Formats: sequence, structure tokens, C-alpha cells
Amino acid sequence: MAIEVRIPTILRTYTGGEKAVTADGASLSALIDDLEANHPGLKERLIENGDLRRFVNVYVNDEDVRFIGGLEAELSDGDQVVVLPAVAGGSRYALA
Amino acid sequence: MLTIDQATYDAIVAHAKRDHPDEACGVVAGPEGSDRPERFVEMVNAAGSPTFYEFDSTDLFQLYKEMDANDEEPVVVYHSHTATEAYPSRTDIGLASEPGAHYVLVSTREHGNNEGPVEFRSYRIVDGEVTEEEVTVVDELPR
Repeated sequence: MAIEVRIPTILRTYTGGEKAVTADGASLSALIDDLEANHPGLKERLIENGDLRRFVNVYVNDEDVRFIGGLEAELSDGDQVVVLPAVAGGSRYALA
Repeated sequence: MLTIDQATYDAIVAHAKRDHPDEACGVVAGPEGSDRPERFVEMVNAAGSPTFYEFDSTDLFQLYKEMDANDEEPVVVYHSHTATEAYPSRTDIGLASEPGAHYVLVSTREHGNNEGPVEFRSYRIVDGEVTEEEVTVVDELPR
């Protein structure tokens, strides 16, 4: 099974500068574990306390995974996964 | 240094004034590696808040898909502060995720929705470090 994962600029330090890498997994959670095995450190940038980080967006075939099961979202061969950090900020002091 | 054309500068300021007292946000895309802010893209602040902004996740995806197809990158990421100065907040710094972008901040605290000058400042935000840079407004970007 091969799933293309597109990596945003800020996380390419973990992929040796690659814009896209290939990984395996029947769910997003398994895919992230597989990514971590080949690109150590990446998982921590995506997951916090067992859930996707609030300000990281992951899309499977153009769909925000938060609407299709989050980390449990099912994946199949040929799917495309895109990781994009939220573009967010503001004068409010606290990080939500 | 950020070099930006007058029309794009005016469009950012107009957006900030229009959305005041909520924060306004958007990007100016340009060809990868060119450092030319050419294509103004106004975004909806999904947070609809005077103290926070966030691109809607679906809009964000569409934007990056478009930029990818055009070999563009976000040359400028802008937003407004509506009650405080045009300086990156702790939140702005913590969430900044485009090390190659110029982060433009506009403050509408003085004149709100009305005519009048605004603060318009630009920064690099890399690994939590903020560096202010000069802004040069030109009639048209040099060829």
C-alpha cells in the first residue's frame, strides 16, 4: 500500500527537504506511526495528547480529516494525504 | 525588506478597515522563490473575532492547492490587529508556520473603519524569532 503524504515547508526538516513522501497505513493513526518510523520527530509535530494538534490540518483526498473520523479516518492504496499548518494568530494572548 | 505595490498595499488596508473591529486576514501569493507579492487573496477569518484569526480549513486547502498548481507560494501573510499595535503577538509567533513569508501586520486601532492612516509593518518570523523589516511601497513591482 502506498499513500502519498504532502509535507508543508515547515516540516520538511524531517523529510530531508522532500515535499512529499510515501507511507503506509490503514488509518491516519497507523500512517502517522509509519511516517514516524522513517522520519523521526514528525509525529510529535502532528499529534498532542493522543489527538491531532489543534493547529495542524490534515486532508485525505481533499477532505479535512476532522470531518471523516480524525485519526481513525480510513485510508486505502492511492489516497493522497496533505498536511497543512493552520494559518492563524491574532492579538489574543492565549494559544487555544 | 518587503517590496509591495501600491494597489496590493491599498487592498490589504481596505480589507483591514472593512473588517474592523474583527481581525482581517489573507495572503499575497507569488511565484516560488521570486519574493514578489503578485496575487492578492483575501481570506475569511473563520474565527470572526476581534482578537483572533484563522483561515477556514477548506479555504486553506483550496488556497494551497491553487498555489501548488501555479508554482506559487505565500509571499505575504497578512492580518490586522484592531485594538493593539501592529506587532506580532505571542500567538502570532507561536503559530507562524511559513518561515519564508513576510508577515504583514496592520493596526486599525486609531481610525477603525474610517479613513485615516494605519500602521503597516512587516516581519520575518522564524523559529519563534521576530525580525522587523523595512516596507517599500512602489507604483508597480519591478520587472
